[in-house]
Amino acid sequence: MKTRLDVTLTVNGERVTRSIEPRLHLIDFLRLELGLTGAHAGCEHGVCGACTVRVNGEIVRGCLTLAASLEGARVETIEGLSDSGEIRALQDAFVAHNACQCGFCTPGMLTTAADYLAQGGAADRAAIREHISGNYCRCTGYQAIVDAIEDAARRRAGGAA
Amino acid sequence: MSAPRTPESLGLSRADLPNSYIGRSVPRPTARKLVEGRATYTDDVSLPRMLHAVFVRSPHAHARIASIDVARAAAAPGVVRVFTGADLAKVCDPWVATLAHLKGMKSAPQYALPLERATWQGEAVVAIVADTVAHGEDAAALVEIDWAPLPALADIETALSPETPVLHAELGDNLVFTRTADTGGVDEAFANAAHVVEATFVSGRHTGVTLEPRSILADFNRAEGMLTVWHSTQAPHMMQGVFAKQLRLPESDVRVITRDVGGSFGVKVHVYPDEMAVAAMARVLGRPVKFVADRFESFVSDIHARDHRIKGRIAVDADGRILGFDIDDLTGIGPYSVYPRTSAIEGNQVVNLCGGPYDFKHYRCTTTVVLQNKTPTCQYRAVGHPIATAVTEGLVDLAAERLGLDPIELRRRNLIRDDAYPFTSPPGMRFEGLSHHAALDKLVAMVEPEKLRAEQAALRARGVYRGLGFASFIELTNPSPFMYGIGGARISAQDGCTVRMDPDGSVVAMSGVTEQGQGTEAILAQIVAHGVGVPVERVKIVTGDTRVTPYGGGTWACRGAGIGGEAALQSAVALREQLISVAAAILQAAPETLDVAMGEIVDRASGSSRMPLAELGRLVYFRGDTLPKDAPREFVQTRHFITKDYPFAFTNGVQASWLEVDVETGLVRLLKHWVVEDCGRIVNPKLVDEQVRGGVVQGIGGALYEQCVYDAEGQLRTTTMADYLVPLAADMPDIAVGHVETPTRESLLGAKGAGEAGTAGAPAAVMNAINDALRPFGAKLFAQPFTPERILTALGRVAPR
Ligand code: FES
Ligand code: FES
Repeated sequence: MKTRLDVTLTVNGERVTRSIEPRLHLIDFLRLELGLTGAHAGCEHGVCGACTVRVNGEIVRGCLTLAASLEGARVETIEGLSDSGEIRALQDAFVAHNACQCGFCTPGMLTTAADYLAQGGAADRAAIREHISGNYCRCTGYQAIVDAIEDAARRRAGGAA
Repeated sequence: MSAPRTPESLGLSRADLPNSYIGRSVPRPTARKLVEGRATYTDDVSLPRMLHAVFVRSPHAHARIASIDVARAAAAPGVVRVFTGADLAKVCDPWVATLAHLKGMKSAPQYALPLERATWQGEAVVAIVADTVAHGEDAAALVEIDWAPLPALADIETALSPETPVLHAELGDNLVFTRTADTGGVDEAFANAAHVVEATFVSGRHTGVTLEPRSILADFNRAEGMLTVWHSTQAPHMMQGVFAKQLRLPESDVRVITRDVGGSFGVKVHVYPDEMAVAAMARVLGRPVKFVADRFESFVSDIHARDHRIKGRIAVDADGRILGFDIDDLTGIGPYSVYPRTSAIEGNQVVNLCGGPYDFKHYRCTTTVVLQNKTPTCQYRAVGHPIATAVTEGLVDLAAERLGLDPIELRRRNLIRDDAYPFTSPPGMRFEGLSHHAALDKLVAMVEPEKLRAEQAALRARGVYRGLGFASFIELTNPSPFMYGIGGARISAQDGCTVRMDPDGSVVAMSGVTEQGQGTEAILAQIVAHGVGVPVERVKIVTGDTRVTPYGGGTWACRGAGIGGEAALQSAVALREQLISVAAAILQAAPETLDVAMGEIVDRASGSSRMPLAELGRLVYFRGDTLPKDAPREFVQTRHFITKDYPFAFTNGVQASWLEVDVETGLVRLLKHWVVEDCGRIVNPKLVDEQVRGGVVQGIGGALYEQCVYDAEGQLRTTTMADYLVPLAADMPDIAVGHVETPTRESLLGAKGAGEAGTAGAPAAVMNAINDALRPFGAKLFAQPFTPERILTALGRVAPR
């Protein structure tokens, strides 16, 4: 318990080094050590998806990932994805469709939705519903979220054509 | 200026004015921060020298605390202090949650931490305050409590029998409250009726599962004598009063700040002992103390709700006229009534609301509210409505089946006529104006039942079982002091708004209602922009700070738009008149020839600009010397609003569910859901639709998945999100929403509430659809949630447990 580990990783393009307890999870590392409060802890047992962030290009649950295991990793959070403009179109669609109410699930939901689009996901409502089913939303009933992702997928397909 | 204000004179029904924002789907101004992860939830606030509270919770449903040894915990790394119930009782007074108008209601005093006994599994018993949560959790494991387990009161059916131990000896028995509404003549009506059908309904105990857990950060500044609490709550002013009273501080020395709230649904409008403990510990320590419930703590300590067993009968004549309802409701609320709203309101609502949409004569309904050793229950989204609607609509469908009538036809014969208002229901609810028939007609047009019936018949022949179910409902919104105030609770039914114009012509509005994601701030901005006459982008809304905003009840019972919105409209219109009167003095024009539109003083007749508001602001704020001496200088107005004519503004609506039951697996697949609702004037159609959809899905959750499962010893079995199932995207249908608009005449705005209608009606519609699907088998279910196991049991495919 006493041991602390030094870990160096890149978060939103910035290199950070911290000395941390081995038991510290990524979500707490981001929130407590770095003050990146965009990703949220909804259950801390890997079910709700509120803590979803990107590590080395893949989406992971921040509450299940140990920060100490991320030496050299590239982590992106909602703050970084917003600043880079990478998910701007998706965010615009969420705003236009009112796909967030309280917004607590939203950063995780957007990160998962961006993953869907990055995998070439189509404007297919059933496929979208399936893909986001690891992200709980208690407010919207999901339909507006599906609308927003479908809209973004359609626009992207249109833009690419 | 002296002509009376009417909705028409304010252009509320006109969409042609440039700043006619009411009735338009304006995007929420706060959405951008939410999608960028830049909102500020309570846990996002950190203060210097902040400490963290961790609670040791009871592993027993009921046990005496023989002794507590905190020595090892207190010596653990990072621990600043350990508190027991006795420690906190010195600074925090207990509370008793009863309401005087609920005759005979009783409950026991509740402390921040219990003194002698734990009365539910998960009750906080000892508090550790440490420098980090991790250190606090380490220390919590070192607290030694010597428990003497006591028998647990787990079954509501036996709570009042003489052999059952009394939970709080001083109360004499386990009865919290009972009330009967009786029109008389029920027995005769039932005896002489052509048909009587009956069923026993069960509503599963469930909980809100806000994705943001309960969160609080309290700080006490000894120099100022000031307690500041950042709190994820729906009712900051109410909590200010509660903290003040229980901690023996003047209200003026308590400030409650509510930033972004990650969902509430009624969960966050109650007084929680662990949160009171946090405030008390900050008071003692003179340092900031934070507590954010983890998900296990949420399941065992957030309020539960809807733990009811209801026996119901309906009597109809040979023509399908409803003669009466006879209902007996039994509910268990845990060991304490929850402060300050009390845990008797839900049962009371069942008595008020059963049969609500229908015109009938004879009514008898009793609720019996008893104690249990389970997590306390209290008001959760649509309080009592889903229960009353399921009972009413389940019985109506049974009657239709008995009569061989189409369920829509039976409803048409019995729904209160649209021209029958004002109307008083058998239990005494007064309806100002509802639209059941218009709503049903609209719903039928959307659903096209004939097509679905044809599809249903064709599929049945192939062994595929689909069902269509309907549910009409009423919903109570815009409550007056008749809900809580007359019972002695310091829960405000009025709300205020202050609107001011700043020098650059921008407008700031401060409101007592709060935002939990519904879009309250968005509709307030629309209303204020409309009322003052400025572009909506020029309006900033401030909510959630008792130091700053006018006093108000906050957000609950769907009062944000109806009460908070009306206060905003009246104050905005008053500010517009003020702007015009000052401008008139400067422009040497008659006030009645001027108006404000899109941020300019304009000529009322031609619409041409006379002066931008920024110029008016510059003159008044910086060049007051150039104004006529007696010209007024105020660009700020405050108005408060309360309803006076009706105790509640009822809304109405109807829902339909189309689903498929797999009779081999018992799984229900939802195919489509429809809602038509009438929430009066709609300020933002998109936001209303999304409130309805979110509400429907929460209702579906209760109908199909959600249940706090207890064993016979009172141990909660569903304490993770993997055990307590909530609706997932893949399982939810698309939901079509339609509207009828019957504005209330109690206010200029005419808005009623919209946030609970979805939840009120969805479970009944799903239940009726399942029973419709299973009709060929003669199987019927009335116990929610309708799990695969229960469906297979009803089908006789598995033996009952
Ligand atoms: S907080 Fe990680 S999945 Fe819920
Ligand atoms: S918007 Fe509140 S949980 Fe999704």
